[in-house]
Amino acid sequence: MVVRVQSEAFDAGAELNQFTQTAVGAGAVVSFTGIVRDTAADDMRHMKIEHYPAMTQSAIEALCDDARSRWDLAEVLVIHRFGRLAPDEQIMMVATASRHRRAAFESADFLMDYLKSRAPFWKKEVTASGAEWVAAKDQDEDDLARWTQD
Amino acid sequence: MNVVYFAWVRERIGLPSEQIETNATTVADLVSELSAKEERYAAAFQDTSALRVALDQELADFSSALDGVREVAFFPPMTGG
Repeated sequence: MVVRVQSEAFDAGAELNQFTQTAVGAGAVVSFTGIVRDTAADDMRHMKIEHYPAMTQSAIEALCDDARSRWDLAEVLVIHRFGRLAPDEQIMMVATASRHRRAAFESADFLMDYLKSRAPFWKKEVTASGAEWVAAKDQDEDDLARWTQD
Repeated sequence: MNVVYFAWVRERIGLPSEQIETNATTVADLVSELSAKEERYAAAFQDTSALRVALDQELADFSSALDGVREVAFFPPMTGG
């Protein structure tokens, strides 16, 4: 398991190649990369991501442990940035490796749902007219419920 | 104990963290105590259903006990990913 919480940019392509090499015995690798949206409509200049340094790393590691207890995973990677990010920059990535594709797809989906509303990050969008905290959506909690139904 | 605030809770209270001497036994008691202290706390804690709490860096509930807790964190629902 590799969890990195950092302000620096990362190269998702290079990270994925390295991850694939370390995932010995895996027949499937799935990755997700989150990018700061660049839409002319909301006129966003940049995004600021605040986090809870004492908690972030351990909270993400606990989510990865949970994923590993639900699926047979060869390897898991989570990188999540904080600080100031411009439109089009990569915010975070998740990669999972398993023997077969289903476990890799499902565990990556699970990790994304939980990172969204259980990892201590808060996004603020800075536009020409001011700055606003991004509100969590009801959908985020509904997404978590998908993993607790059966 | 150390009390820390994040995002708009931090902005509303005007501090990232502070040391608080308290006899509160639960998170809810601590919230009442702080809210009674000053208006900015009352404003931040007006609707606790819009807030989350962590005790010693683990998510908890407003009904959770504070026995032995060293750090309490208050923040809005998280927006990671």
